[in-house]
Amino acid sequence: MQPNQFHSLVYEFAFYFFGLTAIASAIAFVTRKSPVAAAMWLVNVMFCLAGLYVMLDAQFIATMQVLVYTGAIMVVFLFVIMLLNLGHPSDLADARGKWGYIMALFVGLALLAEVMVLNRSNAIERLIPPDLAAKAAAAAAAPLAGGIIGPVAAPLFKEYLLAFELTSVLLLAAIVGAVVLGKRRTNAR
Amino acid sequence: MLGEALALSAVLFTIGVIGVLTRRNAIIIFMCVELMLNAVNLSFVALSKVYGATGQVFVVFTMTVAAAEAAVGLAIIIAIFRHQRSVNLQNINLLKG
Amino acid sequence: MNPALIPEGAHPLAATIARLVWLLPLLPLAGFLINGTLAMLGAAKVGPADPSAGHDHAGDAHGHDAHGHDAHGHDSAHDDHHVPVRHKFAPIVSLIGPGVLVAAFGLAVACFFAMRGVSMEHPYIVTLYQWMPVGDLNLNATMLLDPLSMVMVLVITGVGMLIHVFSVGYMQDDPGYPRYFAYLNLFVFFMLMLVLGGSYPLLFVGWEGVGLCSYLLIGFWFSEKANADAGKKAFIVNRIGDFGFLVAMFLMFSNLGTLDIGGVAAKAVELPMGGAVITAIALFLFLGCTGKSAQIPLYVWLPDAMAGPTPVSALIHAATMVTAGVYLVARSSAIFSMAPVAQLTVALVGGLTAFFAATIGLKQWDIKKVLAYSTVSQLGYMFVGVGVGAYTAGVFHLVTHAFFKALLFLGSGSVIFVMHAAYHHTHNHDDAQDMRNMGGLKQYMPVTFYLMWTATLAIAGIPLFSGFFSKDEILGSVFARVSHSTLAESSLLGIPGGTVLLVVYGLGLASALMTAIYMTRMMLYTFHGPNRTGEAERAHLKEAPWIMTGPLVVLAVLAAFGGWLNVPELLSAIGPVGSLEHWLEPVVGAATLRTTLGAAPEMAHQTELLLVGTAIAIAMAGIAFAVIRLKPAALVPKKDYPAAEGIDRVLENKYFVDEGYDAAFVRPTVGVSRAVLWKGVDAGIIDGLFVNGSALLMRAFGWMGSQLQTGQLGTYAWVLLIGAITILGAFTLR
Repeated sequence: MQPNQFHSLVYEFAFYFFGLTAIASAIAFVTRKSPVAAAMWLVNVMFCLAGLYVMLDAQFIATMQVLVYTGAIMVVFLFVIMLLNLGHPSDLADARGKWGYIMALFVGLALLAEVMVLNRSNAIERLIPPDLAAKAAAAAAAPLAGGIIGPVAAPLFKEYLLAFELTSVLLLAAIVGAVVLGKRRTNAR
Repeated sequence: MLGEALALSAVLFTIGVIGVLTRRNAIIIFMCVELMLNAVNLSFVALSKVYGATGQVFVVFTMTVAAAEAAVGLAIIIAIFRHQRSVNLQNINLLKG
Repeated sequence: MNPALIPEGAHPLAATIARLVWLLPLLPLAGFLINGTLAMLGAAKVGPADPSAGHDHAGDAHGHDAHGHDAHGHDSAHDDHHVPVRHKFAPIVSLIGPGVLVAAFGLAVACFFAMRGVSMEHPYIVTLYQWMPVGDLNLNATMLLDPLSMVMVLVITGVGMLIHVFSVGYMQDDPGYPRYFAYLNLFVFFMLMLVLGGSYPLLFVGWEGVGLCSYLLIGFWFSEKANADAGKKAFIVNRIGDFGFLVAMFLMFSNLGTLDIGGVAAKAVELPMGGAVITAIALFLFLGCTGKSAQIPLYVWLPDAMAGPTPVSALIHAATMVTAGVYLVARSSAIFSMAPVAQLTVALVGGLTAFFAATIGLKQWDIKKVLAYSTVSQLGYMFVGVGVGAYTAGVFHLVTHAFFKALLFLGSGSVIFVMHAAYHHTHNHDDAQDMRNMGGLKQYMPVTFYLMWTATLAIAGIPLFSGFFSKDEILGSVFARVSHSTLAESSLLGIPGGTVLLVVYGLGLASALMTAIYMTRMMLYTFHGPNRTGEAERAHLKEAPWIMTGPLVVLAVLAAFGGWLNVPELLSAIGPVGSLEHWLEPVVGAATLRTTLGAAPEMAHQTELLLVGTAIAIAMAGIAFAVIRLKPAALVPKKDYPAAEGIDRVLENKYFVDEGYDAAFVRPTVGVSRAVLWKGVDAGIIDGLFVNGSALLMRAFGWMGSQLQTGQLGTYAWVLLIGAITILGAFTLR
């Protein structure tokens, strides 16, 4: 067995490990009655995804995944769950009954089948204009400059600068919105 | 590995969808949406391996939007909870026209 | 207004004063702009729209004036709806209004003498600027000066000048004095555009412009509804004719590919003789003429147009605008000469109109209505002339008619002016235009009396007066065409052309007889016999001022001697033969020859003598009949006059044509509009179905949409997902 092959085997193993764990954690996440447990399973999914990002050469995104999603967003979720103390049974009995499950499962499988078919039929390649695809392929083949952050940062601050600035406005709006919504209106009543 | 990654992304997305359809707890539905966003992020990252790093830029954007969404969404949920003493979506039909 | 003059080749006129031809219409336009500005500046103070100023009956303040307000309905109460104070800009307007006409007339005369000095084989065309370059259509604003337009320009500016001067006296105390002259100047501008326009669209601009001015001037005293209605009637009836003109232009462009007058003439003669296209063009053009020149069936507006000030009737509704149709036919002589059927139609309609209007004229009591129907009748004569291809004769009658009819109208204007002044002094509200209230004016207004008799003899066709020559030439031409012409060879609705022409000739003779009768009747009732105005009023009857009688004298000279323009061969002893014929030869000669099959019209000497003798005899007989049968002494004033009966009633009410049109066209139109268009289409379909219906439909959709809005987030998620699956499915199956 060649080192390369061994390397590939380890890589494949790791990939399937993270993938299957993610799926299992996700199923666990949707089926948990307790919001706190569900949130913890979701955190697990996100960790797995971070692992996959590393394996897909997106180390920066993986870091962001851990920091932003798991570290910030999910913590906020947990914080809200605990703040609202959503533990009592009336809130836990929240599923939609047998037919709801069956229908949801059926629709979900239909969606999954469609996406799979699209993946198999190279629909993505067909949707992308050939000249764009060629350009993208050339960019992907080019040697990476500026380490692992450079390739992500360069487009962010060049082509997508406007979108980037708009996102900052969006964040500002979100902050203001959250403050307004979360403020207890003492003088209103 | 691209095909497998995309398949995984599809599976996770579908699980998120099923969660949205079956659960009634607003916070859990919200988290299902986060799961769906993550699934999409995974396909972005996977495709960026073939088509260049631009896909990862979009992931950054998605995360930002998700963060903003979480902030506002959770604030809304808190406001609703204050009002209704519940986050069960069946009790909430303010959107009825 | 920067006409970049492009010299058209080396026309001999280009070196003369005629190169200033563009100045001709520009002068009245300038007058219009100045007078119009003055009218607007002064309008704030006085005007017919001002009720407080309009009904001032403060007695002595306006005891001194005489004024030109003659437009009252027969039975309407006479409101003195103007202040007797002269307009503050009256002096300057009196200078500018007639002044621009004097200048234009001077220029026209200069052009005339310039034209006499050169050979006019080709028309003199001045291109001012590019007007409408659209696809295949490339229209320039061109002025076309040739002998025909020269004649028209001289008539318009000459007679127009005299009428402007007359108006200074007639309208002196009218509050709308500057407005009046602004309109009158504008009219002259458009009329000159009409006759000088080098293409049919440009001619049409003038054609529409004079229609507009006619409308404005008929309704000049618009505060009385009858006058405003008369203006609207003229405008609307003319629209029907204009539709014909437009269709004719469309046909010209689609079949001949050009709208230049010269180009159309050149292309028209290449079409097959008497073909459908050329006949259609000619007939549609003639439909335009029936509107503008008040021929059957569209003549009804002209009598009502008498609601305007009398000088307007003289200028627009007798001398110039209404002859535009005659001019148009003469101008399009190439087209008409290629369509004998259309020519026969023109002649027959002209003859019928002449006869029909003359019968109505026999029984009218309003002095202006008599003249109005006389005008319609004489226009019919002109159309007979141009219809049979005797374009010179038609234009000749146009010119002489302009002289004597302008004189008659202005004379009647003087009479009305004096009558009105007399009634005004005594605050009598009788009708100042009704001949039953006149009588015996001979001794009070001798100058007007003699001048109007001159015109009456001219229109009746007494030898050596102008009307005799022109009328005789028309009748002679009709008779000559009976035997040897394209007209005789064709047929109208199965009737041979020769027969049609004989009928037209008969109608012409009959109308000549009636013309002599009703004109003599008018003179007898107005000037002879005892005065019926009233005891108190009689003291105020006196001759009109010289500013008004002066133009009359000039016109009387022209009416008396205008016939010398075109002396027939028979009377070669009295002057040069056929001056006008030679003058117009380059324009209409070819077309006339085509109608007469290339031969100069020749008649046996005896035949010609017989025709002339018949015409003279008829004119004399008419006058004699009127003098013997009518007894002015037995006439009683209008208010004592019994209602007419039998045939008199039919004639007095103009054969009830207006009532017939009302029943046949107006009321069905109004009825259909009310029942179908308003109640059905407007209220039912538009309001009910479209407006309210679409609102209802949207509400229904909205209700359905609102039922989807359960407010349940789960439902939305389901709907969203099903939509996503559907779209993805579409991708999958592709």
